[in-house]
Amino acid sequence: MHASKKPMKVGLFVTCLVDMFRPSIGFATIKLLESAGCEVSVPETQTCCGQPAFNSGDKKTTQQIARQTIEAFDGYEYVVGPSGSCIGMLHHYADLFDNNDPWRARAENLKNRAFEITSFLTDVMDFDSILSSYEGKVTYHDSCAGLRELGVKQQPRKLLAKVANLSLTEMEDAETCCGFGGTFCVKYPEISNRMVENKSANVELSGATTLLGGDLGCLLNMAGKLKRQGHNIETRHIVEVLAGMTDEPAIGEAAYELGQPA
Amino acid sequence: MEIHSPEFKEKSRIALHDVNLQKALSNLKAGFPVKRSTAVARMPEFEQLRDEATALKNHILENLDIYLEQFEANVIKNGGHVHWCRTPDDACKKILEICKDVDSKTVTKGKSMVSEEINLNDYLQKNGVEPIETDLGEYILQLRGDHPSHIIAPAIHLNLEDVSEIFHEKHKRPKSSDPAVLMQEAREMLREKFAGADVGITGANFLVAETGSTIIVTNEGNGDLTQTLPKTHIVVTSIEKVVPTLEDMTLFLRLLARSATGQEFTVYNTLSTGPRRTGDQDGPENFHVVLVDNGRSEMVGTEFQEMLRCIRCSACMNHCPVYGAVGGHSYGWVYPGPMGSVLTPQMIGIEQAGLLPNASTFCGKCESVCPVRIPLPKLMRHWREDEFSKHLSPKAVRWGIGGWAFFAKRPGLYRLLSTSSNLFLRVMAGKKGRIKKIPMAGGWTDWRDMPAPSGKTFMSQYKSRKQS
Repeated sequence: MHASKKPMKVGLFVTCLVDMFRPSIGFATIKLLESAGCEVSVPETQTCCGQPAFNSGDKKTTQQIARQTIEAFDGYEYVVGPSGSCIGMLHHYADLFDNNDPWRARAENLKNRAFEITSFLTDVMDFDSILSSYEGKVTYHDSCAGLRELGVKQQPRKLLAKVANLSLTEMEDAETCCGFGGTFCVKYPEISNRMVENKSANVELSGATTLLGGDLGCLLNMAGKLKRQGHNIETRHIVEVLAGMTDEPAIGEAAYELGQPA
Repeated sequence: MEIHSPEFKEKSRIALHDVNLQKALSNLKAGFPVKRSTAVARMPEFEQLRDEATALKNHILENLDIYLEQFEANVIKNGGHVHWCRTPDDACKKILEICKDVDSKTVTKGKSMVSEEINLNDYLQKNGVEPIETDLGEYILQLRGDHPSHIIAPAIHLNLEDVSEIFHEKHKRPKSSDPAVLMQEAREMLREKFAGADVGITGANFLVAETGSTIIVTNEGNGDLTQTLPKTHIVVTSIEKVVPTLEDMTLFLRLLARSATGQEFTVYNTLSTGPRRTGDQDGPENFHVVLVDNGRSEMVGTEFQEMLRCIRCSACMNHCPVYGAVGGHSYGWVYPGPMGSVLTPQMIGIEQAGLLPNASTFCGKCESVCPVRIPLPKLMRHWREDEFSKHLSPKAVRWGIGGWAFFAKRPGLYRLLSTSSNLFLRVMAGKKGRIKKIPMAGGWTDWRDMPAPSGKTFMSQYKSRKQS
């Protein structure tokens, strides 16, 4: 546990996909942060990290969104999100501003405070009191940005090792891109499809019954493919398992009554 | 080589369904990356060498003029000639002029991507000089009227059967599918060509400023025969290949072989230092170095300068999931894969090459294996910025981003949009939890289901939880 007795003030970066598609990931993240002794708030002025604009070459829009996000998270000791990709984007903000632009220093400051959830729990909070249980053989997909931009590799595995009854089996090419790539999947759908087909084949070969990952974009892509192919493999975000919030049907499997809260 | 980069999408679509190509690409995937990782694991100081090489390349690029002039002075001192060529056309003309001067009818050629870049073979042929490729892969491609699809394994897109087929057709010998027999056949065919050529053309992996030497690395030894047997040796290469000293060169050789093929050292490392001297037993009488710029000097001092660190090892394409899916020909010009997606727009223009820097998920695998740490995703993104600022991006992209940005910049309105889209998707999904078809989103739903939102948006649920 962190040495300080005062609760750490953490701002949750929800991410637009979690907000829209799978709120339970947000609530699971809050639960984990609170178990680790953090005081979690959700700034209302956050929207998206700006990646769609950034990766489409629209620098001006990206800067506007970066400034908005920097302001939204002013005053929090840490900014934590359930996505290596979006937190990685927050780390890119500084590059958007010239050296003499005051926003650059603010962006650098945000970068030092911004962490992906499994990395935050492990590297910052030294937290591993995972009390959940999950029956099943799982495999873990290393999403690219988390892995290569933020060095997220051992942290999720270390935490999963604490989950009762869970067995982790590594698939082939766990570090290979699933083909999502944000707008890539709709700009080059056939290539993206081949990449996600390779991924689903490796998931199947691993013999796992559950596929876990740390980025909802990749998970929607892989779950969508696995479902289209008729596989009976569950896809979930790692925080759902760590927080013991797996009552909710897996991604792409929900059957909610319209208008009922989850 | 003709430019087909604007057809990237059509070509990749065909490539994805080409059974033979896919078989060849699966061999690539099981080969180079595995060998590289074994070689790297055996060398504890590999990461440190990458840092050293990156820093050294940066230093060279800051002082490119100085090292190139030192190189030139030493080539001249050794009795050779250096020709500075700004454009591919300048380079082709100069090479033809040298060939005509010695009344050359045939030239043998070692593998050179710069010669592909300047389209040298076509030019020589049109002007009555017959170029003969001597690298086995290039030789096969020449017989087929084909082009390289990879910068170090040019015929990687072919399978044994393809080689067997074309040898049988062109060599008029009994068909064989024994690699050893095919190799022997190629040797016999090429031997007389080596002996009969007046000029030998090779590329260069590095140019050594302190000695005026050029070096090529090969695994077949064909380069040695190409450059020592004919009377005239022409080295066609590009300006960023210069390194200060022989010792610096060895740093790059150690990284190059391991990054490329996973070898600790390439089999043949052949240095050329001027023409034959009195007392030398062999070597050419004339030694020419044709230095090609072709847009490189314009990259110096820009955000693309880092690309000039590239030592052409091919690790980026060997590890690229997009290259691995569609192969090199889909990229439609000389340099494929991530390095090509940065270099090609510089050489043929972003107007023609715009699809290439977009054909990446920015997974970052290329950067993670690059021996000189070129931030390839960042540079591809720079091209996208260039494209966007010149209004070259497709309208659908510009409008899509514009519409989305309008809301993303206004958190209040954004909540309305996310709440209504969330509701819309849940209505579409009904009780199924996923959607099979969404109008206007065929890019997604043609290939995979769209998981439906599992409830109201996080923000609205969070708000009501806080209020209760």
